[in-house]
Amino acid sequence: MPENRKSKVTNFLLNNAVVILLLFASVTVGLLRPAFFSEANAGNLISNTAIRFIIALGVSGCLITKGTDLSAGRSVGLSACLAATFLQRFDYGGKVYPELGDIPILVVFLGVILVAAVFGLINGAVISYLKVPPFIATLGMMTIIYGICLVFTGAQPIGGLRTDYTAIANGTLGRPFLPYLGFFSAICGIIIWVIYNKTSHGKYMYAIGGNESAAEVSGINTSRTKILIYMTAGILYGTAGFLLGAKAGGTSVNIGFGYELEAIAGCTIGGVSTNGGVGRVTGILVGVLVFELLKIAMQFMGVEPSYTYIVQGLVIVLAVAVDMRKYAAKK
Amino acid sequence: MPEYILEMKGICKSFPGVKALDNVSFKLREGSVHALMGENGAGKSTLMKCLFGVYAMDKGEIWYKGERIKIINPFDALRKGVAMVHQELQPIPERSIAENIFCGRYPTLFPGIVNHAKMNAETASVLRKVGLDYEPTRRLGTLSVSQMQLVEIARAVSVGAKIVIMDEPTSSLTSGEVSKLFEIISQLKAEGVAIIYISHRMDEILRISDEVTIMRDGQYIGTWPAKELTTDLIITRMVGRQLTNLYPEKENTPGETILQVENYTSINPKSFRNITFSLRKGEILGVSGLVGAQRTELMEGLFGLRASVSGFITYKGRKFKCGRPKDAISHGIALLTEDRRQTGIFGVLSVSDNVSVASLNKYQKLKLFIEQKRINELVEENVKKLSIKTPGIKTLIQSLSGGNQQKVIISRWLANDPDIFIMDEPTRGIDVGAKYEIYSIIADLAKQGKSIIFISSEMQELIGVADRIMVMCDGRVTGFAEGGDMNEEYIMELATRFETESEHYA
Repeated sequence: MPENRKSKVTNFLLNNAVVILLLFASVTVGLLRPAFFSEANAGNLISNTAIRFIIALGVSGCLITKGTDLSAGRSVGLSACLAATFLQRFDYGGKVYPELGDIPILVVFLGVILVAAVFGLINGAVISYLKVPPFIATLGMMTIIYGICLVFTGAQPIGGLRTDYTAIANGTLGRPFLPYLGFFSAICGIIIWVIYNKTSHGKYMYAIGGNESAAEVSGINTSRTKILIYMTAGILYGTAGFLLGAKAGGTSVNIGFGYELEAIAGCTIGGVSTNGGVGRVTGILVGVLVFELLKIAMQFMGVEPSYTYIVQGLVIVLAVAVDMRKYAAKK
Repeated sequence: MPEYILEMKGICKSFPGVKALDNVSFKLREGSVHALMGENGAGKSTLMKCLFGVYAMDKGEIWYKGERIKIINPFDALRKGVAMVHQELQPIPERSIAENIFCGRYPTLFPGIVNHAKMNAETASVLRKVGLDYEPTRRLGTLSVSQMQLVEIARAVSVGAKIVIMDEPTSSLTSGEVSKLFEIISQLKAEGVAIIYISHRMDEILRISDEVTIMRDGQYIGTWPAKELTTDLIITRMVGRQLTNLYPEKENTPGETILQVENYTSINPKSFRNITFSLRKGEILGVSGLVGAQRTELMEGLFGLRASVSGFITYKGRKFKCGRPKDAISHGIALLTEDRRQTGIFGVLSVSDNVSVASLNKYQKLKLFIEQKRINELVEENVKKLSIKTPGIKTLIQSLSGGNQQKVIISRWLANDPDIFIMDEPTRGIDVGAKYEIYSIIADLAKQGKSIIFISSEMQELIGVADRIMVMCDGRVTGFAEGGDMNEEYIMELATRFETESEHYA
């Protein structure tokens, strides 16, 4: 049945459009620019993807429960600024707190996570108990966090970071394509994968996204579940911000700007449905990866940075359009 | 003029994995009411959606007034004179009645400028035709579901259709509204409009239709004049076998009282009040009442979904107060909700997830990780026990038929081993065969000593299944029908006992 086979091929192409696009783009660019396949570039790609993947993981829980989190980028930014402020070299001239001695990195990390988690908790509580739509609740939180960041930093850039801190982001496990960042990101990915697939909290999350009233009737504490989801998101933003500060080697209030939109884009490209109830960790990884790969590929091809935004925008819409066709075909 | 206004010939339609329609024919006479019958999944709705242009058929021909036509989409169907009143309404509750009726074909003053005066005037006249006395500008969402259904019918009337498809139009109408609908139907008939009528209610079919076409498993079984048919004959042809018993044997013996409700009153003054009743162990308590009797609200109150201001509940000999569903569930109460789609199924999740969602904490290691293997066993067991027809436990629930979805949700609650199982309209919109299976499940549970509260709008099934029937009217319990009193006349009398004459059911 040639007709049947043809539709099978079409289906395969449709279902894996994003991955195929990813492979096709890399092979093409790799053939034209051999340096694209170098270890250094692989390391670069992994580092770039790593942090964005962590943020996207955070946003994904919100999206799966039919919410969203616009405060992600600013939360990452504040976390980066906090981490940087407390991890400056003691001999650095522009130190924010000159009297402060060296604080253990782990303490700063935990502190940053705690702050970000509190903002997540507030988001979740406002959404669950005050019934503010997630878009609005997190829009407000985004603005508030930016304000706090401005007040905290006095709009001054923060530099002179300790080398043991920056090494977290810039160090590798021996080879350039094995940056530490990749491992931190993988750990986050595995933890979230386990939560989504192996815990009842994960099942409740998909249930709430699938049908919140049915979840309520089934005895799920929807408020608690949602608060946990926004808190987990906060913890992930804190982690991402901490790593981003180290990677950038210095921070300012503008760090993390717009990351929430990239994260939402990555999730939706990776098959997280904004209608709720659907989304996989592997999909999110592919979604973020395809986005980063696209950026690097265009860089290698010498496309002017301004144009890359136009292409990125087109890819978001196209990827989701193809994804929607997958569902429409079943009608 | 040809004998038939519409002929559908050799219609085939496949979905991935299912042949939904296999060479189906259908002929409709002008100015007649033609009932289309069959179990759920027989292909009635699919056939009608092919006619209305919702689905593209794989093969087949549609002849309309002797001409072969092609219908590409619902808009095209409306333009050609075919209208459909959907099984699941798709109204826009935030907009006015008039805007809903004229949605997609607003009368205009200039291109792009809506003529509201004309729209409202025409709406008023068509509303009057279906017996609704409302301002056309009233927000649709302020109407009850049954009134919305009448608006939907008004919409079909207003397009001046020659063929009106009614897919289970009476599923949420009260008996008064049903008679109003039948009036509208005969009026339409007199105007030469042909009506295709899909329903599971035998009495309606035999009352209003001229001809009956029966389908089974996607195939055309035959067409007969309604006069030649009886309920038994229709059922036999629908299920393809003789159904000897409509209801299973009762083998339960009610024991001591497990639940005692006294003077239970809702926080909402328009809802249930002063409710007193008791439920015994192993008893099937039927609950009857008209739409608006607040049966569902009462059950939701007991389950912790609604607040109360006064009343005592004694459960298993202790005072019981339940603030949210979680408490009710942990005390062994289950609620199968009335609206499967809204508050029952998780459409995008698998059969397995749908079964296990309310009992996950029983299948946990270290209070954190779920034990997928044991869950799979539970689900497989339930699929077998309730004979749920599904390709696999990983299949999305939304691809199953209504009856099978219902059984999946029943499994969800059985997994919790409840002592009291409240079932709110468990057989609504599911076919005869599946209904019998649900009655059997109920009878079986009662035999095991579980207590069942069985709410239904179909008095026949309450009488057939329940031990005792509690009847509600306008938020109050107006009486109990037991033993010899369990007949339709007495129940109806109790269900219409309104407090004052002015409130009397029209």
